[in-house]
Amino acid sequence: MKLEPRKEISSALLYVTPAMAIILTILAGMIMFMILGKDPVQAIYVIFFEPLTDSFALSEMIVKATPLILIAIGLSFGFRAGVWNIGAEGQFTIGALAGGSVGLALYPIDAFWVLPLMSLAGVLGGMAWAAIPALLRTRFNANEILVSLMLTYVAVLLLSVLVHGPLRDPDGMNFPESRAFHDAATMPNLIEGTRANVGFLVALAAIAIAWVVLSRHVIGYQIKVMGQSSRAARFGGFREQRVVWICLMISGGMAGLAGLFEAAGPVGQLVPSLPVGYGFTAIIVAFLGRLDPIGILLGGFVMALTYIGGESAQIAMNLPSAVTGVFQGMFLFFLLGIDVLAKYRIRFTRPQSHMAH
Amino acid sequence: MKEIPLLELSGITKRFPGVVANDDVGFSIVPGEIHALLGENGAGKSTLVKMIYGVMHPDEGSMHFGGAPYAPAKPSEARAHGVGMVFQHFSLFEALSVAENVSLGMNKDAVGRDLDRQIIEVSEAYGLPLDPTRLIGSLSVGERQRVEIIRCLLQNPRLLIMDEPTSVLTPQEVDILFETLSKLSSEGCSILYISHKLEEIRVLCDRATVLRGGKVVGDCDPKQETAKSLAELMIGTTLAMPVATDSKFGEARLVVNHLSMASHDPFGVDLHDISFSVHAGEILGIAGVAGNGQVELMEALIGERPTDDNAVITLDGEAIGSKGPTFRRHKGMCSVPEERLGHGAVPEMSLWENTMLTARSRKRMMKHGFLNLSIAHDFADEIVDKFNVKTAGIDHMASSLSGGNLQKFIVGREILQTPTVLVILQPTWGVDAAAAADIHRALQELARGGAAILAISQDLDELMAISARFAVISEGKLSEPRQTGSQSIEEIGLLMGGVHSSVEQGAHA
Repeated sequence: MKLEPRKEISSALLYVTPAMAIILTILAGMIMFMILGKDPVQAIYVIFFEPLTDSFALSEMIVKATPLILIAIGLSFGFRAGVWNIGAEGQFTIGALAGGSVGLALYPIDAFWVLPLMSLAGVLGGMAWAAIPALLRTRFNANEILVSLMLTYVAVLLLSVLVHGPLRDPDGMNFPESRAFHDAATMPNLIEGTRANVGFLVALAAIAIAWVVLSRHVIGYQIKVMGQSSRAARFGGFREQRVVWICLMISGGMAGLAGLFEAAGPVGQLVPSLPVGYGFTAIIVAFLGRLDPIGILLGGFVMALTYIGGESAQIAMNLPSAVTGVFQGMFLFFLLGIDVLAKYRIRFTRPQSHMAH
Repeated sequence: MKEIPLLELSGITKRFPGVVANDDVGFSIVPGEIHALLGENGAGKSTLVKMIYGVMHPDEGSMHFGGAPYAPAKPSEARAHGVGMVFQHFSLFEALSVAENVSLGMNKDAVGRDLDRQIIEVSEAYGLPLDPTRLIGSLSVGERQRVEIIRCLLQNPRLLIMDEPTSVLTPQEVDILFETLSKLSSEGCSILYISHKLEEIRVLCDRATVLRGGKVVGDCDPKQETAKSLAELMIGTTLAMPVATDSKFGEARLVVNHLSMASHDPFGVDLHDISFSVHAGEILGIAGVAGNGQVELMEALIGERPTDDNAVITLDGEAIGSKGPTFRRHKGMCSVPEERLGHGAVPEMSLWENTMLTARSRKRMMKHGFLNLSIAHDFADEIVDKFNVKTAGIDHMASSLSGGNLQKFIVGREILQTPTVLVILQPTWGVDAAAAADIHRALQELARGGAAILAISQDLDELMAISARFAVISEGKLSEPRQTGSQSIEEIGLLMGGVHSSVEQGAHA
C-alpha cells in the first residue's frame, strides 16, 4: 500500500474537507457517548446546537473566539512558511504579563491612552518571547518547535512567580493574584451585560489586514514561496532568516495581544490560571481554517462552540470536562486525516516490491 | 546479419497528448551487437527505450525477446528477462555506499550474500575499478555511472541499454567506457546505445537506427558513413558547421575578479580564483562535466550566496559581490537556474504568481511592498504569448507544465525583463529540439540587443552553436576563455577532465 500524490487538487475540495472533519467528529462523538451510556443525539444537540440558540451563549462564544482568532491569524503566517511556532501559549502569557504590568503600574491613571499602551506592551512582550526561538533558530539552527514549546512552561511559571511576588495585590490578603485592573485599564464591553469586548473588533480587523498582507503584499508572497520551496525563495531574493523572524514576530505579537486582551478583558486581573490553552487550541483553529483568514474566523467560532458546548454538557448531562479536549483532538485528527486523503490517493500494490528508477 | 534477433520491435507506436512520440518504429538487435539509436533531443529515443525497459507501454505494435513475445509491465520484469538499463540521470543515494546502492536497484532474489566481493569481481573483470564501501557522494560522475553499469552487469544482462552515457563523461572516461562495452559485446551481450554524438557512434557501434520526429528515417552501418552523412540523416537538412565568429563586442558588463568560495555543501565543489568578463552583445559559454562547480558559480554570480568582498563581482562597473538577488535584478542581472521546479519556479504556484518571483522590481509589480497583481497577470500572458508556452492558462500551476514549456516560461520571464546581464544554467536541459531552438534564438536576439549572456552548460554542441567565447570549468577552476572554434575537441576534453583528475584515473585504471 502506498500514497500517491494527486495531480491538481481542486480548490473546492480544500473548503469541503474541514466541513467533513466536523461531521466525522460529530459521528465519532456520538459513538463515544453511546459507549458512555448517554443519549448521543441529545449530547450532540447540547454541545453543538443549543449554544447557538441562546444569546448569552453566543456572546460567550465571542469571548472564546477572540483570542483563538487573534492567535491563529498570527500562527497562520508561520505555518504557511514552514515556521512552526508551537509556543503561542507562552507568548500569550508573557503578553498578558507585560501589558498587565503596564496597566498595574499606571494605576489609577484614568486616561484614554492607558489601554493602547498596555496593548502595545502586550504585543512587545509576545514578540520578545518569540524572539528567543527566532534567534536560536537563525543563529544556531535550533528547532523552533521545541524551543517555543518549552518556553511556554517557563512563561507560565514566570507569571506564577510574579503574581506571588511583586505583582501581588497589596490588599489581596496574600492571594496569588494581582489587583483588578482599574476602569481605564479594562477592555470596554461590546454588548452591554455580556463579557464580549472590543477585542473582537480588533480580531476582525486583524482578519482583514492578514488577508491583504497574504494576498497583496510581498511579505505574504515571500512567506508562501518559502513554505513551498526554500530554494525558489532564495532564488527570488528572499532570505530564510528574515522570513523566520517575520513569522515569529507576527505570531508572537498577535499571541501577546490576545493575552493582554484576555487579562484586561474577561479575567480582569493577572492570575496564575490565566493561560488555559488558547495558544494550543489556536493551532487547530489555524488548520481548521486552512490558514486562510476567513477560514480562521469560522474555525475560531467552531472551536469556541466546543468550549461552550462542553461546559453545557457538563452541567446538563453530567459529562466529564474532558469532553471539550476530546472533541478538539478529534477535530485535528479527522482534519489531518482527510487532508492526506485529499492530497494523496491510496494505491494498493502487490507485496512483491521493486525499485523502479 | 542473418542471426536470430535477440530483440525485435515492429510497429511500435506511442502517443502522448498532442504528440506522437514513436510512430510505427521497428528494428532488431542480434546477440552481441552494439546497436545505436541515433536522433536529436526529442526524436523519441528515450520513449522507445523506456518501453523496452517496461517503464512505459506501447499503444500499438509488438516486441519479441529471444523469439518470444515480450511485453514487460514494469522494469523488474524487464530485468528478469535480462534487460538492464543505465539511465542518463542516475538514481543513486549520495549518503549510501556503492554496495548499498547496488543492492537497492536489483531484484530482491538477485542480491547475493557476498555483494561486496561480487562488485569487486565484476568491476575488475570489466576494467571499471570501484570500491564497494565508498559513499556515492564522494564519487565523480564517471564513477557513479560505473555503479549503475555494475548494478546491471551483476544481473548477467543479455541486453544492456545505455541512455546518453557519455554526456556526463570526460573524453578519457569515454574511452574506458567504450572498452567495457566492447568486451561485453564480445561476450555476447547486446547493447542498445542511445546518443546524438556522431563520432562515438561511428567508433563504437555495429549498426544504427536513426530516429527523427518519432519515425525511423534510416538504418545503416555507421562505420560506413561519415559523421556528416549521419548528421544529415539525423537532422534531415545539410548541417551548418559552427564557425568561429569574431565580431566586435561592447564594454565589459559582468566582471568577475578572483572569485574563491568554499562550498556550503559537504558534497559540493569549492570555487578557486575564478576570473572572467562578459561583454555587451556577447554570449560566453562555460562548459564542464556536471558537478564541477557550475551550481556554486551560479549561486555566487546571482547573489544566492553573496561573496564577502563586494568588489569581486561588478555589474556595469558597480560592485555587487555582497549584494543579494533582488538588488542584482534591480540593477539588470537576471538568471535562469538549472532546476526548473523548486528553484526557477515554485511548483504549486500559478504561472502568474511565479512571475513575481523575479520580476517584481524590473516589471514594477511592487510599490511600497504591495504587489500589483494585474501587472503580474499581464506579464504572464505576455510570456506565454511571446515564448509560445503551451499551457491551458496562466492560472495553472507551474508543475502542470511539461519540462520544455516550463523552461520556455522561465527563460521568457527573464528575457522579457530586458536584462543587461543574463546568467543561464543548462539553457535547454531536457527540452525538445523545437523548444531548444526557440530558446537559442531568444538568447542570441537578447545578446544582439546589447546584453551580456553567460551560458553554463554540459552540452558542448549547444555552447559551440551559441557562444562567441568559451571556457571550461573543472573542479571549481575556470580555464582562460577562448574564441569558440579555436580549440580542438581534444583540448577541450582535457580541460574538462582537468589534468589532476586524468592522472588520478590513470592510476586507478
